[in-house]
Amino acid sequence: MSAKEWRKLFPILDQEVNGKPLVYLDSAATSQKPIQVIETLDKYYKEFNSNVHRGVHTLGTRATDGYEGAREKVRRFIGAKSTQEIIFTRGTTTAINTVARSYGMANLSEGDEIVITPMEHHSNIIPWQQVAKATGATLKYIPLQPDGTIDLQDVEKTVTEHTKIVSVMQVSNVLGTINPIKEIASIAHKNGAVMVVDGAQSAPHMKVDVQDLDCDFFAFSAHKMCGPTGIGVLYGKKALLNKMEPVEFGGEMIDFVGLQESTWKELPWKFEGGTPIIAGAIGLGAAIDFLEDIGLDNILKVEHKLAEYAMERLSELEGVTIYGPKHRAGLVTFNLDDVHPHDVATVLDSEGIAVRAGHHCAQPLMKWLDVTATARASFYLYNTEDDIDAFIKGLTTAKEYFGHVF
Amino acid sequence: MSSNLDQLYRQVIMDHYKNPRNKGVLEDGALNINMNNPTCGDRIQLTLKVEDGKIESANFDGEGCSISLASASMMTQAVKGLPVEDALKLAKIFYDMMLGNDYDDESYDLGDIEALQGVSKFPARIKCATLAWKAMEQGVGKKDEEE
Repeated sequence: MSAKEWRKLFPILDQEVNGKPLVYLDSAATSQKPIQVIETLDKYYKEFNSNVHRGVHTLGTRATDGYEGAREKVRRFIGAKSTQEIIFTRGTTTAINTVARSYGMANLSEGDEIVITPMEHHSNIIPWQQVAKATGATLKYIPLQPDGTIDLQDVEKTVTEHTKIVSVMQVSNVLGTINPIKEIASIAHKNGAVMVVDGAQSAPHMKVDVQDLDCDFFAFSAHKMCGPTGIGVLYGKKALLNKMEPVEFGGEMIDFVGLQESTWKELPWKFEGGTPIIAGAIGLGAAIDFLEDIGLDNILKVEHKLAEYAMERLSELEGVTIYGPKHRAGLVTFNLDDVHPHDVATVLDSEGIAVRAGHHCAQPLMKWLDVTATARASFYLYNTEDDIDAFIKGLTTAKEYFGHVF
Repeated sequence: MSSNLDQLYRQVIMDHYKNPRNKGVLEDGALNINMNNPTCGDRIQLTLKVEDGKIESANFDGEGCSISLASASMMTQAVKGLPVEDALKLAKIFYDMMLGNDYDDESYDLGDIEALQGVSKFPARIKCATLAWKAMEQGVGKKDEEE
C-alpha cells in the first residue's frame, strides 16, 4: 500500500475546511485516527464495556482480556522483557511525572544532579524542576550544537558521578533532531545514573527497542500514534519499578487494605490506581496493530522523504528560516520574514491547511533559538507530496498577502 | 483570499502593527503590567499613568502577532485620557465585540478599535486581541489595591 492508500483509512481527512480540501500537517501535536481504531473503540463500548480485574461476569472477562491484551501488544511494540514493565498512564506527561515523583523524590538529595537538554518539551523539564526544588538537587542542561543536535562530548562533560537522572527526548518536537539515546544512556549508566527517555515523538514514527536502547524508563502517548487521547505508557525496568512506590492510591492498585495500613498489588498494577483507561488501552492496541501492519520502517521512509521534499520546496521560497539539523524526523519548524507565525497559521488555515504556531511547549528552546514563536508543519504516514505542494502554495499566498498589506 | 481574512487583516490593523502608537515604556512611577499569552508566547508590557481616577497615559511594549500588537496599539490610544471607570466599560464593549455579541457602539467613540471586529470570526485569535485589554484591566485593578 502507498501513502495515498493509507490516507483513505483516515475518515477525518476526507473533508473540506474553509472551502478547501483539508491538509493536516499537525500530527506532532496529535495524529489522526484510522478507521480500525475508531471501530475498535466503537465495538468496545457497544459490545463489552465493563470494569476490569474484578467482575466475575463474561463482559468483565472480555474487557480484562482486551485491556491486558493491549499491554502485551505494547510490550512487543517497544521490545520490553515483560508486561510487568508496561504501565498505562494518561500520556507522556503523566508517565514522566510518575518517574519524577516516585523515583526522583525518593532517590535524590542535595548535591545530586538531574541532567536534561534545552530542547526538551515542558513535560520533560518541569517535573525535574519540581524534584530539584523539593530535594535540593541541581538541574543541569547538556548544551546544544548550533544546528540543534547533541554532541556526545558535551554529554560526557555534563553527566558526572553526582548525576542520578538523565532525561532526554528521543526526537525533538521542534527541531526534528533524532538524539543518540543509546549512547547517552551508556554515559548515564557509566556514571551510575538512570536514563529516562521521552519517546512522544519517536514511538509513533520509528521502531523502538527499549532493551537495545538500554534505557531505564521510556514514556510515550497513544494519541500521537493513531491511538486515542488520554492513554500513554510508562515503560520501566522491572528491578527499578519494584523498588518504587506508587504515586496514586485507591482502587485497583491494592492487595490488602487495613484500617491503618495497606499493601500494593504486584507490577504493573500497583501504578494503576483507579479504574484504568480500558477503552484507551484497547484503542492503543488497535493503533499498534495498524502501525505494525504498515510497518514502522515504511512509515519512517515515507516521512524522511516528505521532510526532505518539504525542506527542498521551502528553500525555494525567499525569506524562510528553517530551524534544526539537516538530518531530521518528519517535521519542519520555520519562520517567514516579517510575518508572525500566528498570522502564517491563520492564512494557511483559510486555505484548509492545519499547522502549529507558537512555542510548541518548549519555551527554553525558543529562547535558545532567540525567537518568541515559530510555525511547524509535521508529517505522518497519511501525508503526501501533494500536501506539501499545497502548504508551499499557502505560504506563497501568506507572503503575498502580508507583502501586499504592508 | 477569503473575505473573512480581509476582514481580519484590515488596512487599519496593519497600520497599527507597522506603525504602533504609544510604543515604549513609561518611567517615573507608572503602573507596570507584564502579561503573557501562555499558549503562543505573545508577551506585552503595559505601563499606565493613572492620576485622580483618570488614565493620563498608556504605553505598551512587547512581542506578538499582528493582531495582538495592533490591538495593544489601539487600546492605548483608546483609553488615554479616559476615567478608569470608562476604560473598564470600554473593555467590556470590546469583549462583546470579540465574542460576536451585539455591542454598545454609541456610548464611546470606538474609533480604530472597531476594525478588530473581524477577529470574532477567528476564535483561535480572540485571545491575541484581548491580551492588551486584560493587561489594562489588571493594571487599574492594581491601582485600586494600592489606594
